[in-house]
Amino acid sequence: MRRVTGLIVLLVLVAFLMWGVLLTHPFGHPDASDMDDYIIENAQEQTGSNNVVAAVLFDYRGLDTLGEATILFTAVTGVLLLLRTLKRREESS
Amino acid sequence: MLSKIVRTVANQLILFIVVFGLYVIAHGHITPGGGFQGGAVIVSGVVMLLVAFSSQELKKSLRERLLSIMESSGALIFAILGFAGIGTVFFYNFLVGTPIFGRIPATGPGPGDIWTGGVIPLMNFAVGLKVIAGLSAVVLAMALFASGEEIEE
Repeated sequence: MRRVTGLIVLLVLVAFLMWGVLLTHPFGHPDASDMDDYIIENAQEQTGSNNVVAAVLFDYRGLDTLGEATILFTAVTGVLLLLRTLKRREESS
Repeated sequence: MLSKIVRTVANQLILFIVVFGLYVIAHGHITPGGGFQGGAVIVSGVVMLLVAFSSQELKKSLRERLLSIMESSGALIFAILGFAGIGTVFFYNFLVGTPIFGRIPATGPGPGDIWTGGVIPLMNFAVGLKVIAGLSAVVLAMALFASGEEIEE
């Protein structure tokens, strides 16, 4: 009984996901491409960078990258803090 | 610690891995890649050393104090470069057109010029420094913790 229920749930889920795939946009034809066109046309002239991805990452969306770097910093701090505290507690007990 | 063959090969290979990582970081503004990717390449070399040698051996050459100074200075350089353009907007690329990294390439596909990009190459270096130091510290701390050793101050 559980197997039959699981199979039905699986089939419904697969059908739902396939339906979602069929409803997506055709690849390479976005709805609104104003921003992309602007960046592709002006990035080299405005930032001087041949790599437009780097231009977006470090110039147009620099604040996002600052947040990303902060996340990395927090993760490293957290790992070092956690491992050191665990070690100290092991020793004291 | 693995066998002598593995240790010797790792010793020779780390040089090429570090050079390739520095290449990816330095050419972040003309070829695919950048600070995060190049830093991850170098950290993969550090992980290779960690597998070949023991974490106690690696601890002698990779001091945690040095790693934390590297990471903090990388973050500081990145934030300062962001604030330096605040005369116009935050993260404004103020170096375009100046003698430092200031050449402007022709629009459209073309061969890369290393002396372009404004603050982007400098930011790539800052982020690369940060990623190398941060991920190395995490991997080393985890390995030392797993082997039951104290992290050296």
